[in-house]
Amino acid sequence: MNPQNLSLNPTSIRSKFTKTFLRALTRINNRRPPISPSREIYQRYRRVKIAADASMASAVGSRRTWSRAILWKIRNQRRYRALVSRRISTHAMTKRDPRENYGREVGHGSADELRRIVPGGEAMDFCSLLGETAHYIKCLNTQVQVMRSIADLYST
Amino acid sequence: MSSRRSRSGQTGSSRITDDQIADLVSKLQQLIPEIRNRRSDKVSASKVLQETCNYIRSLHREVDDLSDRLSELLASTDTDSAQAAIIRSLLM
Repeated sequence: MNPQNLSLNPTSIRSKFTKTFLRALTRINNRRPPISPSREIYQRYRRVKIAADASMASAVGSRRTWSRAILWKIRNQRRYRALVSRRISTHAMTKRDPRENYGREVGHGSADELRRIVPGGEAMDFCSLLGETAHYIKCLNTQVQVMRSIADLYST
Repeated sequence: MSSRRSRSGQTGSSRITDDQIADLVSKLQQLIPEIRNRRSDKVSASKVLQETCNYIRSLHREVDDLSDRLSELLASTDTDSAQAAIIRSLLM
Protein backbone atom coordinates (compact mmCIF):
# COMPACT_ATOMS: atom_id res chain seq x y z
CA MET A 1 0.00 0.00 0.00
CA ASN A 2 1.17 3.47 -0.73
CA PRO A 3 2.17 4.91 2.63
CA GLN A 4 1.26 8.45 1.77
CA ASN A 5 -2.32 7.39 1.33
CA LEU A 6 -2.55 5.98 4.79
CA SER A 7 -4.10 8.06 7.43
CA LEU A 8 -3.03 7.58 10.99
CA ASN A 9 -5.78 9.72 12.36
CA PRO A 10 -8.71 7.43 13.20
CA THR A 11 -11.18 10.26 13.03
CA SER A 12 -10.04 11.54 9.65
CA ILE A 13 -12.45 11.74 6.80
CA ARG A 14 -10.59 9.04 4.93
CA SER A 15 -10.86 6.60 7.84
CA LYS A 16 -14.48 7.34 8.50
CA PHE A 17 -15.31 6.94 4.87
CA THR A 18 -13.44 3.65 4.60
CA LYS A 19 -15.16 2.11 7.60
CA THR A 20 -18.63 3.26 6.68
CA PHE A 21 -18.25 2.22 3.07
CA LEU A 22 -16.91 -1.23 3.93
CA ARG A 23 -19.84 -1.81 6.27
CA ALA A 24 -22.22 -0.79 3.52
CA LEU A 25 -20.53 -3.15 1.08
CA THR A 26 -21.04 -6.02 3.50
CA ARG A 27 -24.72 -5.17 3.81
CA ILE A 28 -25.10 -4.97 0.05
CA ASN A 29 -23.34 -8.26 -0.37
CA ASN A 30 -25.57 -10.01 2.12
CA ARG A 31 -28.69 -9.05 0.29
CA ARG A 32 -28.63 -12.15 -1.87
CA PRO A 33 -32.04 -12.58 -3.45
CA PRO A 34 -33.30 -16.14 -4.02
CA ILE A 35 -33.18 -15.62 -7.79
CA SER A 36 -30.68 -13.35 -9.54
CA PRO A 37 -32.14 -11.67 -12.58
CA SER A 38 -29.93 -9.44 -14.67
CA ARG A 39 -31.57 -6.44 -13.06
CA GLU A 40 -29.87 -7.42 -9.85
CA ILE A 41 -26.49 -6.50 -11.32
CA TYR A 42 -27.64 -2.99 -12.08
CA GLN A 43 -29.30 -2.70 -8.66
CA ARG A 44 -26.11 -3.71 -6.96
CA TYR A 45 -24.07 -1.18 -8.89
CA ARG A 46 -26.58 1.52 -7.93
CA ARG A 47 -26.41 0.54 -4.28
CA VAL A 48 -22.63 0.58 -4.25
CA LYS A 49 -22.53 3.99 -5.85
CA ILE A 50 -25.10 5.44 -3.46
CA ALA A 51 -23.27 3.86 -0.53
CA ALA A 52 -20.01 5.45 -1.66
CA ASP A 53 -21.52 8.93 -1.95
CA ALA A 54 -23.45 8.57 1.28
CA SER A 55 -20.43 7.26 3.18
CA MET A 56 -18.33 10.20 2.09
CA ALA A 57 -21.07 12.70 2.87
CA SER A 58 -21.58 11.28 6.33
CA ALA A 59 -17.83 11.16 6.98
CA VAL A 60 -17.75 14.89 6.31
CA GLY A 61 -20.93 15.39 8.27
CA SER A 62 -23.15 18.42 8.29
CA ARG A 63 -20.42 21.03 8.36
CA ARG A 64 -20.38 21.41 4.60
CA THR A 65 -23.22 22.48 2.37
CA TRP A 66 -22.39 19.89 -0.26
CA SER A 67 -22.38 16.98 2.17
CA ARG A 68 -25.64 18.13 3.71
CA ALA A 69 -27.17 18.33 0.25
CA ILE A 70 -26.13 14.76 -0.59
CA LEU A 71 -27.42 13.36 2.69
CA TRP A 72 -30.68 15.20 2.34
CA LYS A 73 -31.11 14.07 -1.23
CA ILE A 74 -30.51 10.43 -0.35
CA ARG A 75 -32.86 10.49 2.60
CA ASN A 76 -35.61 12.22 0.72
CA GLN A 77 -35.47 10.75 -2.75
CA ARG A 78 -39.08 11.33 -3.66
CA ARG A 79 -39.35 14.79 -2.15
CA TYR A 80 -36.03 15.73 -3.74
CA ARG A 81 -37.22 14.94 -7.23
CA ALA A 82 -40.34 17.07 -6.76
CA LEU A 83 -38.26 19.91 -5.34
CA VAL A 84 -35.75 19.88 -8.17
CA SER A 85 -38.41 20.20 -10.82
CA ARG A 86 -40.04 23.02 -8.90
CA ARG A 87 -36.70 24.70 -8.33
CA ILE A 88 -35.81 24.65 -11.99
CA SER A 89 -38.97 26.57 -12.90
CA THR A 90 -38.75 29.16 -10.11
CA HIS A 91 -35.01 29.64 -10.29
CA ALA A 92 -35.28 31.03 -13.77
CA MET A 93 -37.61 33.74 -12.52
CA THR A 94 -35.68 34.66 -9.40
CA LYS A 95 -33.59 37.75 -9.70
CA ARG A 96 -30.08 37.04 -8.60
CA ASP A 97 -28.63 39.33 -5.98
CA PRO A 98 -26.38 41.80 -7.83
CA ARG A 99 -23.65 41.19 -5.28
CA GLU A 100 -23.32 37.76 -6.79
CA ASN A 101 -22.12 39.39 -9.95
CA TYR A 102 -18.78 40.06 -8.38
CA GLY A 103 -16.30 38.39 -10.59
CA ARG A 104 -18.34 39.37 -13.60
CA GLU A 105 -15.30 38.65 -15.68
CA VAL A 106 -15.32 35.10 -14.41
CA GLY A 107 -17.97 34.03 -16.84
CA HIS A 108 -21.44 33.26 -15.57
CA GLY A 109 -21.88 30.34 -17.86
CA SER A 110 -19.34 28.16 -16.12
CA ALA A 111 -20.43 29.32 -12.67
CA ASP A 112 -23.94 28.13 -13.43
CA GLU A 113 -22.62 24.83 -14.63
CA LEU A 114 -20.53 24.47 -11.50
CA ARG A 115 -23.62 25.13 -9.41
CA ARG A 116 -25.33 22.21 -11.05
CA ILE A 117 -22.42 19.86 -10.53
CA VAL A 118 -21.58 20.64 -6.91
CA PRO A 119 -24.28 19.33 -4.57
CA GLY A 120 -26.22 22.17 -3.02
CA GLY A 121 -24.56 24.62 -5.36
CA GLU A 122 -27.69 26.41 -6.47
CA ALA A 123 -28.23 28.15 -3.17
CA MET A 124 -24.72 29.41 -2.55
CA ASP A 125 -23.17 32.75 -3.23
CA PHE A 126 -20.22 32.74 -5.56
CA CYS A 127 -17.49 32.81 -2.93
CA SER A 128 -19.02 29.97 -0.93
CA LEU A 129 -19.41 28.02 -4.14
CA LEU A 130 -15.68 28.25 -4.82
CA GLY A 131 -14.79 27.16 -1.30
CA GLU A 132 -17.26 24.28 -1.29
CA THR A 133 -16.00 23.17 -4.69
CA ALA A 134 -12.42 22.96 -3.43
CA HIS A 135 -13.46 20.84 -0.46
CA TYR A 136 -15.72 18.70 -2.60
CA ILE A 137 -12.87 17.96 -5.02
CA LYS A 138 -10.54 16.94 -2.20
CA CYS A 139 -13.13 14.55 -0.79
CA LEU A 140 -13.94 13.11 -4.20
CA ASN A 141 -10.24 12.37 -4.66
CA THR A 142 -10.14 10.58 -1.31
CA GLN A 143 -13.26 8.64 -2.26
CA VAL A 144 -11.76 7.52 -5.56
CA GLN A 145 -8.44 6.53 -3.98
CA VAL A 146 -10.07 4.44 -1.26
CA MET A 147 -12.51 2.79 -3.65
CA ARG A 148 -9.66 1.92 -5.97
CA SER A 149 -7.62 0.45 -3.12
CA ILE A 150 -10.57 -1.66 -2.01
CA ALA A 151 -11.19 -2.88 -5.55
CA ASP A 152 -7.52 -3.76 -5.98
CA LEU A 153 -7.50 -5.64 -2.70
CA TYR A 154 -10.67 -7.53 -3.58
CA SER A 155 -9.07 -8.47 -6.88
CA THR A 156 -6.10 -10.27 -5.42
CA MET B 1 -29.22 48.15 -13.06
CA SER B 2 -28.61 50.15 -9.93
CA SER B 3 -25.54 49.21 -8.04
CA ARG B 4 -26.07 47.67 -4.65
CA ARG B 5 -22.47 47.68 -3.62
CA SER B 6 -22.96 50.00 -0.67
CA ARG B 7 -25.36 47.69 1.09
CA SER B 8 -23.74 45.25 3.46
CA GLY B 9 -24.68 41.64 3.09
CA GLN B 10 -26.74 39.41 5.35
CA THR B 11 -23.58 37.71 6.46
CA GLY B 12 -22.34 41.03 7.73
CA SER B 13 -19.30 40.88 5.48
CA SER B 14 -18.58 43.95 3.45
CA ARG B 15 -18.12 43.88 -0.26
CA ILE B 16 -16.50 40.83 -1.76
CA THR B 17 -13.28 41.98 -3.29
CA ASP B 18 -11.84 40.83 -6.55
CA ASP B 19 -8.80 39.79 -4.56
CA GLN B 20 -10.84 37.38 -2.48
CA ILE B 21 -12.29 35.83 -5.57
CA ALA B 22 -8.90 35.65 -7.25
CA ASP B 23 -7.54 33.94 -4.15
CA LEU B 24 -10.31 31.35 -4.12
CA VAL B 25 -9.90 30.73 -7.83
CA SER B 26 -6.17 30.19 -7.47
CA LYS B 27 -6.80 27.70 -4.66
CA LEU B 28 -9.10 25.81 -6.99
CA GLN B 29 -6.48 25.98 -9.68
CA GLN B 30 -4.06 24.09 -7.47
CA LEU B 31 -6.44 21.17 -7.19
CA ILE B 32 -6.92 20.58 -10.89
CA PRO B 33 -4.18 18.47 -12.46
CA GLU B 34 -4.83 19.85 -15.94
CA ILE B 35 -3.99 23.37 -14.97
CA ARG B 36 -1.63 22.80 -12.11
CA ASN B 37 0.93 21.17 -14.34
CA ARG B 38 0.97 24.05 -16.76
CA ARG B 39 2.34 26.39 -14.14
CA SER B 40 0.99 29.39 -15.95
CA ASP B 41 -0.29 32.39 -14.11
CA LYS B 42 -2.21 33.41 -17.15
CA VAL B 43 -5.02 30.94 -16.78
CA SER B 44 -8.20 32.93 -16.81
CA ALA B 45 -10.74 32.47 -14.07
CA SER B 46 -13.41 31.25 -16.43
CA LYS B 47 -10.98 28.66 -17.77
CA VAL B 48 -10.38 27.49 -14.21
CA LEU B 49 -14.12 27.13 -13.66
CA GLN B 50 -14.51 25.25 -16.89
CA GLU B 51 -11.68 22.86 -16.10
CA THR B 52 -13.11 22.43 -12.62
CA CYS B 53 -16.40 21.26 -14.07
CA ASN B 54 -14.62 18.87 -16.39
CA TYR B 55 -12.50 17.53 -13.56
CA ILE B 56 -15.44 16.95 -11.24
CA ARG B 57 -17.29 15.18 -14.00
CA SER B 58 -14.32 12.92 -14.64
CA LEU B 59 -14.15 12.13 -10.93
CA HIS B 60 -17.85 11.24 -11.00
CA ARG B 61 -17.18 8.91 -13.90
CA GLU B 62 -14.37 7.25 -11.97
CA VAL B 63 -16.69 6.71 -9.01
CA ASP B 64 -19.18 5.14 -11.39
CA ASP B 65 -16.61 2.82 -12.91
CA LEU B 66 -15.25 1.84 -9.53
CA SER B 67 -18.77 1.18 -8.22
CA ASP B 68 -19.38 -1.05 -11.21
CA ARG B 69 -16.14 -2.91 -10.64
CA LEU B 70 -16.79 -3.26 -6.93
CA SER B 71 -20.31 -4.59 -7.44
CA GLU B 72 -18.94 -7.32 -9.67
CA LEU B 73 -16.13 -8.14 -7.26
CA LEU B 74 -18.54 -8.32 -4.35
CA ALA B 75 -20.32 -11.21 -5.93
CA SER B 76 -17.22 -13.25 -6.45
CA THR B 77 -15.07 -12.53 -3.44
CA ASP B 78 -14.99 -13.91 0.02
CA THR B 79 -15.48 -10.50 1.51
CA ASP B 80 -14.97 -11.28 5.16
CA SER B 81 -11.35 -12.24 4.97
CA ALA B 82 -10.67 -9.62 2.32
CA GLN B 83 -12.18 -6.94 4.51
CA ALA B 84 -9.94 -7.73 7.42
CA ALA B 85 -6.95 -7.32 5.13
CA ILE B 86 -8.32 -4.10 3.72
CA ILE B 87 -8.93 -2.56 7.08
CA ARG B 88 -5.47 -3.47 8.19
CA SER B 89 -3.75 -1.98 5.21
CA LEU B 90 -5.86 1.12 4.73
CA LEU B 91 -6.18 2.24 8.28
CA MET B 92 -3.02 1.22 9.99
